[in-house]
Amino acid sequence: MSEYRVLVVEDSPTMRQLIVFALKRIRNLKIEEAGDGVGGLKKLSAQKFDLVVTDINMLIMDGLKLVSLIRNDPQCKDVPVVVITTEGATEDRDRALALGANEYITKPIQTARILEVAKKMLGV
Amino acid sequence: MTENNDPGGLSSRAEEFLQVFKKGAEFTQGLLKENERLRYRVLELEQQLRAEGPSAELQLLKEKLCRVETEKQEILDRIGSVEQESLDFANRYAEIEAENNLLANLYITTYQLHSTFDVIEIIRIIEEILLNLVGAEQFALMLRDDDGQMVQPLLSESGDFRIVNADVNDQRIISVLSRGQHWIANADELSRLGEGDIKAVIPLQVDNEVIGALVIYRLLAQKKCFTDIDEEIFNLLGGHAAMAICTAVLHREGVGTFSFTQGFLTQP
Repeated sequence: MSEYRVLVVEDSPTMRQLIVFALKRIRNLKIEEAGDGVGGLKKLSAQKFDLVVTDINMLIMDGLKLVSLIRNDPQCKDVPVVVITTEGATEDRDRALALGANEYITKPIQTARILEVAKKMLGV
Repeated sequence: MTENNDPGGLSSRAEEFLQVFKKGAEFTQGLLKENERLRYRVLELEQQLRAEGPSAELQLLKEKLCRVETEKQEILDRIGSVEQESLDFANRYAEIEAENNLLANLYITTYQLHSTFDVIEIIRIIEEILLNLVGAEQFALMLRDDDGQMVQPLLSESGDFRIVNADVNDQRIISVLSRGQHWIANADELSRLGEGDIKAVIPLQVDNEVIGALVIYRLLAQKKCFTDIDEEIFNLLGGHAAMAICTAVLHREGVGTFSFTQGFLTQP
């Protein structure tokens, strides 16, 4: 059975923990965490991931910039990206999707929703 | 000569011919009778077949249809039963998912609240929990001072904290502080309340003493009502946030700094 690698980019430790908590229910999943877009990008350049879950609102390199850089990087341009947006922030969501994000999750976050979207993206 | 000599022979031959003819006629007569009898029998059988044959076949078909109908009903019952089982499993799965979601939220809330001694960090964690898990966009933290009076509330909104002149004498706040039980607006009340109105008041309690309250003013746009999970989070926040704040304050004042060698391992 193949192992999936997921990168979670979120500056809030609470939310990061919640996302990781939800994702851990998928078998054969290796999760890497980053506290901002820069950290996420470093991890993306160092190894291959099957999915990136990123918050949009982050102080050091936000999720929109990260999505844009991922899509313009030949090494990781094809990795599916899920963005986390605040409810009602349709502009951010639309921008993220236009930049190449594959799916979005809105706050307040439900672990079932994270799991559903991650499974869909990974095809498991 | 021959005629004269054998007149009897001719006669006997004629007689013989007549006999043969007579036998032939009798045989033909018998055949005709047999033919008549067989035709009659055929007619009889045909009539019998017409009379009995279709009804017997119909009866067989009816019985077969009945068996098929019974089988069909059994299959339909089984499908219904399987569908019901499937529905029950789906409902149970949804319940377990909801419980799992609740437990995850409660675990993370507790874990994060007790992960620091920094009061500002605790308030930030409360904000994250209220925003990301409940969907509360603006809230105030109100704490009582030593005299039991409510100090000016600290308002949190989108990551910014500031002291505000909120009405600490609101009846709902006073009621919650005196009773120690939260007040949460129901869906009807939420639909009527204005943007700056109080949506929920959660008492902060340590050892049955109410040290303050969390007052929620604004919810995210699509948050139309509070759920059971929200209520559980409020209950947990009420106890754990209060304890985390108290611990952090004690730690800051030096009272709560502990040393394992002095605090736990030495004899009294």
